[in-house]
Amino acid sequence: MDWTALRLSLTLGLWTIAILLPLGIVVGQWLAWGRFRGKALAEAMLALPLVLPPTVLGYYLLVTLGAHSPLGQVFESLFGQGLVFSFSGLVVASVLVNLPFAIQPMQRAFEAIPSEVREAAACCGMSRWRMLIHIDLPLAWPGILTAMVLSFTHTLGEFGVVLMVGGSIPGETKTIAVAIYDRVQAFDDGAAGTMAALLLALSFATIGISYALTNRRQGR
Amino acid sequence: MRRLLSVFAAAMCLSSPTQVRAEEPPVIAAAADLQFALTEIAERFTQETGRTVRLSFGSSGNFHRQIREGGPFEMYLSADESYVLDLAKEGLTRDEGALYAVGRIVLIVPPGSPLKVDGSLKDLAAALEAGSVKKFAIANPEHAPYGRAAQGALKAAGLWDKIKDKLVLGENVSQAAQFATSGSAQGGIIAYSLALSPKVSALGKYDLIPAEGHNPLRQRMVLTKKAGETAKAFYSFVQTPDARATFKRYGFVLPEEK
Repeated sequence: MDWTALRLSLTLGLWTIAILLPLGIVVGQWLAWGRFRGKALAEAMLALPLVLPPTVLGYYLLVTLGAHSPLGQVFESLFGQGLVFSFSGLVVASVLVNLPFAIQPMQRAFEAIPSEVREAAACCGMSRWRMLIHIDLPLAWPGILTAMVLSFTHTLGEFGVVLMVGGSIPGETKTIAVAIYDRVQAFDDGAAGTMAALLLALSFATIGISYALTNRRQGR
Repeated sequence: MRRLLSVFAAAMCLSSPTQVRAEEPPVIAAAADLQFALTEIAERFTQETGRTVRLSFGSSGNFHRQIREGGPFEMYLSADESYVLDLAKEGLTRDEGALYAVGRIVLIVPPGSPLKVDGSLKDLAAALEAGSVKKFAIANPEHAPYGRAAQGALKAAGLWDKIKDKLVLGENVSQAAQFATSGSAQGGIIAYSLALSPKVSALGKYDLIPAEGHNPLRQRMVLTKKAGETAKAFYSFVQTPDARATFKRYGFVLPEEK
């Protein structure tokens, strides 16, 4: 059992949802209520990671963030280390991969808020910020929680992008999913089995939570 | 909501990899054939010096690429010296490093396979004719030196064209060993150092393939420009008689013996 890898994966998951929570709320509302040209295109772009092979995303990240790319060089001069093969690079990759998992449930939750409620609030002179705190978030919270749970679990399981962009550096980029792969290659079936069972249990628990929340919302 | 935020704050504190990097054990990129030998050497190193290193095993070719892309490795043990010399030419290493071992390859055959354990590959030729070989594992010759050596040996034996379509390619030689012994392939060509480890030798029988049949696996190691004190100490440690004895035990030919 590789505890460093587990800790790393949990940390990566928390960073991912910490970034996706505000981002998802803003973009989710924008997509739920906004009427603008190219909305279908924007939605398609954000859903792309659902169907895109992880290696394709990994390839583009290597090319755009690598030491030879302009972006990679700017980052290296600012922080003294490159984005590729580093934890920061994994966070960037993870946020991109999880965009649809975070945004779509939130968007659906915001769409489900009856427009009369928001109109009434606006008529009463409620500011957007107060509407967010007192109306949007309380009504949409199951969707938001589902989004966070899905993104977090999906981060724990992400493999292809992590291997391509992160390599397999203990304590830096060797996440638990990569550690399982690594242990199988090292003929250490015991450790691989323990970690696989742990991920199975975690995934089952989180997907169970998200289904329970969805049912509860529909049952109302 | 507030509780959620404090969890995030805690996560941020847990993980600021950039600041703590300086005291962290160096990351060592090592060819997959060193999986068992180098792990042992690193344990001895920690016992004797109290310092630790983080070992990352993979194919030499992939590490070569990762180091060129700015990977954080402080030391690189390649199974093919040309990768090291290439990095030295590009100015990414401190010098041209040192030859630390010469690797050998073996034919490994899992129990129940129709193949005979014959390093001359004559029986493999017969089995290919008879059609009893369905899958055969080697490392990917594109970026794994042991894959290239296996390819060389198969070509020298005149079997390459016949076996080409039956190959399963491991990403590195360790994965090739795992494929070869999984029982789903009839055999494979892997590193002698892996076959000698108790975990692998329990899974199949092996026989050395004559070294004349392939280009020598001259393995070279080097410190990169990012190397710190611990990496330097480990680099010296790998050249001590103690470490060399471990390499020898895992079937490596030591450079001086050549």
